[in-house]
Amino acid sequence: MNGWSALDDFLRTDPRDVGCAEAMELLHVYVELVAADASAAQRYPGIAAHLRACGPCGEDFAGLLAAVRGAAE
Amino acid sequence: MTPADPAIEAIFPPPRVDPDSDHWVRTLSGTGTEREEALARLHELLLKIANGEMRRRGGQLRISGPELDDLAYQAAADALLAILRKLGQFRGESRFTTWAYKFVMFEVSAKVGRHFWRNPAVPIDTEDWDRLADRFGLEPDREAERRDLAGAVRLAVDEHLTQRQRKVFVAIALNGVPLDALVVELGSTRNAIYKTMFDARRKLRAALAANGYLDDETSRHS
Repeated sequence: MNGWSALDDFLRTDPRDVGCAEAMELLHVYVELVAADASAAQRYPGIAAHLRACGPCGEDFAGLLAAVRGAAE
Repeated sequence: MTPADPAIEAIFPPPRVDPDSDHWVRTLSGTGTEREEALARLHELLLKIANGEMRRRGGQLRISGPELDDLAYQAAADALLAILRKLGQFRGESRFTTWAYKFVMFEVSAKVGRHFWRNPAVPIDTEDWDRLADRFGLEPDREAERRDLAGAVRLAVDEHLTQRQRKVFVAIALNGVPLDALVVELGSTRNAIYKTMFDARRKLRAALAANGYLDDETSRHS
């Protein structure tokens, strides 16, 4: 993917996106659902949409998930 | 924990706190040796998580060795302070440690954002529109397409964005400034910068669609 299609992907917004504040408020709950394979994205579609679009929150999510999974091992 | 209204709790009972989490909250809220031991144990855990997270992000950071260790140490110490400050807000919706590790992630992000400005690649407000084509993967030999894309976006930016939206868009999309670094530079919050960028993206996409450059659909759910 390059050029216009990459730009299109970058500019697209999801109206379900809840923003950083709400997503980070519930991040610990969301991560445990993901770790337990409990349909987190279906229960919290606005958080899932946000984590797909927001690099920094996506990074915090990936880090917390890795920490939780690492602690469980 | 903050006392809740008994009438509300009768309708919406709070989640049951698991025994380990309950132990963390009780000992950290207590006094004396038991609290000191809990603090030391929590700090050790947070430091382990901060070290792991710094190394997980290490590739993108251009930081290594003692500097990385130092940032991890600072992140763990600041996370511990945040946890103690917010202990009354823990509701048992997750394990205590998951909730606590979240603050390590926030502190790591903040430290990394601040660290960016020690050696920034470009100033945040440089407007070199030729960079846009590189940013979206257009090869140098596709000159006409590169010119079209940069010209169309620049026109949409000129016509549709506020000054604040333009500043944020240029910093992030054109100059590759990480969002958390921009938060530090502008003295703002991640939520506020993201919202500004969200609105800018939405406006630019609508303008480019209206001018026939992009499909005329407003969003795509994945």
